[in-house]
Amino acid sequence: MEFELSKPQKLLQQSARDLFARECKTTRVRELMATDTAFHPELWEAVADQGWLGIHLPEACGGLELGAVELAVVAEEMGRVCFPGPFLGTVWAATALAEANPKSKQLDALTTGAAKGAVALLEPDTGWCPSEVRLRAEPDGGGFKLTGRKSFVLDAGVADVIVCAVRTPDGLALVTVPGEAGGLTKTATQPLDATRKISELQFDAVKVGADDVVAVGPEAERALAQSMRYGTLMAAADMLGGMQWILEASVEYAKTRQQFGKTIGTFQSVQHMCADMLLWTESSRSSVYFAAWALGADPADAPRAVSLAKAYVSDASREVANRGVQVHGGIGFTWEHDLQLYYKRSKASEVLFGDARDHRARLAELAFDSATAGA
Amino acid sequence: MDLGLTEGELKFRDELRAWLKTNLPPMSERPEKTADSYNEYQTFLKSWQRKLYDGGYAGINWPKDFGGRGASFIEQAIFQEEMALADAPERMGTIGQGLVGPTIISVGTEEQKKRFLPGILSGAEVWCQGFSEPNAGSDVASLETKGIREGDEFVVNGQKIWTSYAHIADWCMLLVRTDPNAPKHKGITCLLVDMKSEGISVRPLRMMSGDSGFNEMFFSNLRVPVANVLGKVNEGWHTAITALSNERANLGTGLYVVFKRTLEAVVDHARKIQRNGKPAIEDPVLRERLAQAYVDLEVFRLNTTRSLSMLNKTGAPGPEGSIQKLYWSELNQRNAQIALEVLGPRALSAEFDAGRWAYNYLRSRGNTIEAGTSEIQRNIIAQRVLGLPRSY
Repeated sequence: MEFELSKPQKLLQQSARDLFARECKTTRVRELMATDTAFHPELWEAVADQGWLGIHLPEACGGLELGAVELAVVAEEMGRVCFPGPFLGTVWAATALAEANPKSKQLDALTTGAAKGAVALLEPDTGWCPSEVRLRAEPDGGGFKLTGRKSFVLDAGVADVIVCAVRTPDGLALVTVPGEAGGLTKTATQPLDATRKISELQFDAVKVGADDVVAVGPEAERALAQSMRYGTLMAAADMLGGMQWILEASVEYAKTRQQFGKTIGTFQSVQHMCADMLLWTESSRSSVYFAAWALGADPADAPRAVSLAKAYVSDASREVANRGVQVHGGIGFTWEHDLQLYYKRSKASEVLFGDARDHRARLAELAFDSATAGA
Repeated sequence: MDLGLTEGELKFRDELRAWLKTNLPPMSERPEKTADSYNEYQTFLKSWQRKLYDGGYAGINWPKDFGGRGASFIEQAIFQEEMALADAPERMGTIGQGLVGPTIISVGTEEQKKRFLPGILSGAEVWCQGFSEPNAGSDVASLETKGIREGDEFVVNGQKIWTSYAHIADWCMLLVRTDPNAPKHKGITCLLVDMKSEGISVRPLRMMSGDSGFNEMFFSNLRVPVANVLGKVNEGWHTAITALSNERANLGTGLYVVFKRTLEAVVDHARKIQRNGKPAIEDPVLRERLAQAYVDLEVFRLNTTRSLSMLNKTGAPGPEGSIQKLYWSELNQRNAQIALEVLGPRALSAEFDAGRWAYNYLRSRGNTIEAGTSEIQRNIIAQRVLGLPRSY
């Protein structure tokens, strides 16, 4: 048993860190934040060339066939630099397709980066529970005709392939819709976290052919749920990377900033905030990598492990971000300081795939309601 | 990153499971942990410790020559997990096993290792730790108890306080000032003291929880042989830091078992106790509170496993142990409060579950003070882990 990254995993971490230090400086992140898509072709290509868009997927699906731990390593490094653009949406879409049908025709384009992806799940009045999906899919030839609205769709603006969760007469279904489909209207909305864009999607009788129906009924539910676990893991790992950045920036600031003739890091009130930030960050690390390991190696426990990580990290990340601003004082509250990028990204990840309360509710079911699942 | 077990680790786990099947004391034979049953509970833990020792499970990662198993911290981590899964009793003698033993292994002489380690592991000898004094609490290095050398003995005079287990202890790991002229960290010596010696008197201090786990100790011309110096004369601060680092790292590892069983007992009650016309477990707010407790607890388990895995690489605990101490002490306070919210008025009655819930709530108050206050732990984390400047 070894509860830390292996040598190859540490090498992966280092190469991701080096790549992003070179290619993803905050000056570039800020430029991309000001665009509609936050998409940068060369940055995208650099990540695609590494194979990271399918890092955890089987080779048969165009992936590197590494594991969820490696995916978490990359996502953590992305969080550390506020990596802009449609990585999460694309990996989520590819994972949903791979889970439902490893032979899905769009998989290759998604894992090579030739196409960007998104998953349309939320609607104006629904939450993260797939059973709440209502967007109507009427049988139409061998396929469906979609009518309704999807909301808060991450990365949809730039996506070439949108995996949509829809309601058919036979239950939930996953279907793919091209980004430029007839009858589909995409409207970019102003997100709190401008490094990852979101859109509203209006479907007016959008036609889906038979071979764009990925899965229907229980199979669709299973594939979507499993892909959401990977998405949840990415969101948690992203927060972890952000927490690490905020912690380091705050400690560094506390070591240099002078007041009352002393560095403020001499004061215990400041020291104690930094100590708490470390405790939250390291505890988050334990839970994120446990979840990543369970997703690959212990499927029966994976739902619990993933919800445990998201429940803990969502709260811890917010606390760390709050303390980070407080340690920095006035400068930490400015637009000019990069802390605000991390602060907003943390908040966006906190609610992505359900916040701490949502996941605690799931844990309560798993731990309190079933006789077999205990600690 | 692999939380799966190797063949050797699986073998260890399966043997342990088989051993537990025949040796685990049934719940009906276990006394409740309350103020009134303090002595009965300690006797029970002592017998359980002896069983573990005879079974070869007392000192998993301690050297074989001294009664240990000679295995790694990984086996230690597996042991903790299995104890939790099996609902095993907690282990006795947190001072001896968690603090004194590892320090003797680290800085003791061969004679000291041979003499003391087996007794610590078997539970035959109970230890206490004479560090704090009335004027030396968090600032323990300012201690004043005097040790004056006379031939091959030290003559000790002074007072200690907050000494856990002193009233039942056979031995004490005692810090005394042997050079009053040196800077405060440089004139301290650590002595291993037989509690049956002449010149020691112990007075129990009653805590707010009603029991007397703490004591005052008074020394009047206590004589301790020089052979019982642990570490070097006047380098007792180094010995103390070794001990305290081990205390922080070890104290937490066995606690998951205790905390897990406590939460499960609350959840069991919550299935029966009614709130607003339905079981408390279905009350959305209480359910959310219990889920918070569950998350806190399970992340503690992961932190523990991870820190043992890291210890396996580094060998000796460092200042990071303060993160664990900080985490479990505050976790236990939060969860003790949540238990009271779920149980309502019955938790405050000495008759319900033999009063364990109120006891647990009150006793947990001490967790953020004993073994270094939360403030001291945060100072250590800030200054020795994060590298911020010293504040005192």
